Amino acid sequence: MTSLWRRLLRNPTGIGSLIFLVLVVLSAVFAPLLAPHDPNTASAYDTLSGPSATYWLGNDGSGHDVLSRLLFATRLSVTLTGETLVIAAVLGIVAGLLAGYYGKFFEAVGAAGTSLLQALPAIVVLLAAKSVLGPSDFAAMAVFGVLIAPAFYRVVYSAVSAVRGELYVDAARVSGLSDPRIIGRHVLTVVRAPAIVLAANIAGISVAISAGLDFLGLGDPAIPSWGGMLNDGFTNIFTQPLLVLWPSLAIGLTCIAFALLGNALRDELERVDAAPKRRRRATPATTVTVAPAAVITHDEAPEKPGTDLLVVQHLSVGYGSADGSVKTVVEDVTLTVRRGEVHGLIGESGSGKTQTAFSILRLLPSGGRLVGGSITFEGRDLANLSEKQMTALRGKKIAYVPQEPMSNLDPSFTVGSQLVEPMRLHLGLSKSDAKARALDLLARVGIPNPGRTYAAYPHEVSGGMAQRVLIAGAISCDPDLLIADEPTTALDVTVQAEVLDLLRDLQRERQMGMLLVTHNFGVVADLCDRVSVMQSGRIVETGPVRAIFAGPRHAYTRSLFEAILPDAEARGALPGITSSGTLGEGVTA
Amino acid sequence: MLRFVLRRLASGVVLIVVITAATFFLLHASGGNIARRILGQEATEDTVVQKTHELGLDRPVASQFGDWLSHAIHGDFGASWFTSQPVSEAITSRLQVTLELVIGATLVSGIVAVALGVLAATRRGWVDRLVQLLSVLGFAVPNFLVALALVTVFAIQLEVFKPTGYTSLSDDPAAWLSTVTLPIIALSIGSIAGVAQQIRGSMIDALDRDYVRTLRSRGLPEWRVVYKHVLRNAGGPGLAMLAVQFVGLLGGAVIIEQIFAIPGLGQVSVGATSQGDVPLVMGLVLASAVVVVAVNLVVDLLQGFLNPKVRLS
Repeated sequence: MTSLWRRLLRNPTGIGSLIFLVLVVLSAVFAPLLAPHDPNTASAYDTLSGPSATYWLGNDGSGHDVLSRLLFATRLSVTLTGETLVIAAVLGIVAGLLAGYYGKFFEAVGAAGTSLLQALPAIVVLLAAKSVLGPSDFAAMAVFGVLIAPAFYRVVYSAVSAVRGELYVDAARVSGLSDPRIIGRHVLTVVRAPAIVLAANIAGISVAISAGLDFLGLGDPAIPSWGGMLNDGFTNIFTQPLLVLWPSLAIGLTCIAFALLGNALRDELERVDAAPKRRRRATPATTVTVAPAAVITHDEAPEKPGTDLLVVQHLSVGYGSADGSVKTVVEDVTLTVRRGEVHGLIGESGSGKTQTAFSILRLLPSGGRLVGGSITFEGRDLANLSEKQMTALRGKKIAYVPQEPMSNLDPSFTVGSQLVEPMRLHLGLSKSDAKARALDLLARVGIPNPGRTYAAYPHEVSGGMAQRVLIAGAISCDPDLLIADEPTTALDVTVQAEVLDLLRDLQRERQMGMLLVTHNFGVVADLCDRVSVMQSGRIVETGPVRAIFAGPRHAYTRSLFEAILPDAEARGALPGITSSGTLGEGVTA
Repeated sequence: MLRFVLRRLASGVVLIVVITAATFFLLHASGGNIARRILGQEATEDTVVQKTHELGLDRPVASQFGDWLSHAIHGDFGASWFTSQPVSEAITSRLQVTLELVIGATLVSGIVAVALGVLAATRRGWVDRLVQLLSVLGFAVPNFLVALALVTVFAIQLEVFKPTGYTSLSDDPAAWLSTVTLPIIALSIGSIAGVAQQIRGSMIDALDRDYVRTLRSRGLPEWRVVYKHVLRNAGGPGLAMLAVQFVGLLGGAVIIEQIFAIPGLGQVSVGATSQGDVPLVMGLVLASAVVVVAVNLVVDLLQGFLNPKVRLS
């Protein structure tokens, strides 16, 4: 908390608005000393006269000194703002604590009260209140304090109900602390920061509202107010336009100062919160400690010329950080996918395999970019294509099957419309042709009732179905290269095998090249012709699947093998894999 | 669907009854001799007593409210205590003017806020910072200051628009446009700021979702991904914010109408309020509550259109 204040004082907007607001409060406190004239003494000779040596800012419609009135009006604004804040904060925070901490009854009352208080425009309620309460600004702003209390209530309620179930609160309860002490010590600290941000914003709003009421002529005319001065200036706008300016500046600048202060507070709070996160995100890059060693390449039959579909050479991917440095997550990766061949890319999470896949699609998350190397697809370097050329390739030539099926379908559109859209775009199909093709595809990927799934929204289909839909979408425009990023990881074990079978069948049937990203050697054995092992952003071993299974040479490859073997006796004994039968089945089936 | 609408309507009716009841009791609990205020200081005690009886003010408040409610259900909202004009007559014509301003401002805010929010979320960098700064300022500056600035510059200095007055749309559309343009702009600034912030935030969230990458991987052009898919998913919070702003605009119109001398609800409100004209104040509160309930219902239906999950539940 103290660090928040310190940060705020270093934030230029924060310190600027804070200084302005302190000046406003000081001029309110010392108004009697600062004001050159009595604010209520009218000089009949000087009505509407402009600025002069005696009256620095001129005189209003009744001949009062504008500067003195402005200073005294500041008193009113400051007091009213304070009043509103105290009422809103006390009401809202107490109600929020009760509802958040005890739940049930208080929760229901709070929700009902909130919706009631916010069902009408504040001004309408204030006007209705005025007809009862009379011209007093203090009474009106007390009502406004009640009206705006739900803002505090919501902030406090959500913070407290989030913290209610936390272990340390339970621990405090178990250790016998009374509820008030738990609330005071553990719960209030959580809401302090957001409540302060909110207070700044509400202060600005209440300055505007009280000025608005006085501007409407509903305030007490005996007390100088910014809104009242504005009203006076507005009636005389044709004769003395400057009169509108001074109260406008006072109201406008104060409101802006509060808003900027709130904004600066929020920025600094978020920065405090974000700091540890940023450090955490940096860890994958710091694991790049392995000295660049030569890639272990297993021998294989020389390839026939012209069969290369995708050639990635010396690819490096980096993420720019705030201080201008670039963190490399993929380094010097070279791999080839031939036509009609499945190339496995295997490694643990954070090894850079998904980043490699995304960079081929040129769909790296924001901040990420290719920092070196080339990606040659059918003779063209994808790294040099324009965004437009790349868009034309995606979906049509290179398609993508994601890892997590449910989050990869747009929740707002039906499955069918998401299938149809790319086909109409790439293949120029009519609506009905595209629909017919989509239904065929759904049937092809093994969806039992294509018509129903076509019309369904993503949240109405199961994970396994959603993955089939995504596969159908990927192959819908007959791509030459399919990039599948852990296509079975998020699925139930029973569904995994079916989806793998489906992928293999489709790949054979359409003779697609495929880059299969996985962390599972079982999947590699099942589907792949060749495999590259990735660790810490680099490829450490590559070659035909058979050769690597027969004799993995890199220590990391061996550890990956060990990780998948179910039986302890087989650990370290590589022939155990072939004896399980998966390799033979996968290659010969 | 129908059940959803009926349920929302029922809860809206309950809300309206609660609000009007609360207002009624507060207005009457305030004490003060209403009959004396109506008749003035010169009236004799006898006529005051008689007037009090005539208005039913000597009966219990609950039975007075019962009367008001049963009349209101039959479309009779009473007459102003001061002008004897029927409340429904005093309000309906003016409500239309106010709604023209508020709906106009809502449409303008919605369109401009989406444009700014999407721009900020997709471009980021300095565009984003500029939009954010403008939003903070636009939200902070009270709308009556914006209105005063607009009047001073465009009506008084440049004389492009009329400073005050109102011509109805059916009389002369061009003149109507010239009288409502400045008020609508003045009203819109704040809600543009609020909604643009919301759209920006939820666009940034939505752009980060997995399905956006998948849509791009299907070769959809970026504008299509952004405007068709991401905006639709990000639209819900923006729409909710627009509904909140609508309520604020209805209140803001009260002040803005004073500045532009537009014969809307604002003028009646200020007059009725300072006089303590209970039937008229009740009518105003009722009209606002009905408008707010109706808008919330429309917004709920639109939310269902945007988000299929909402539609089903």
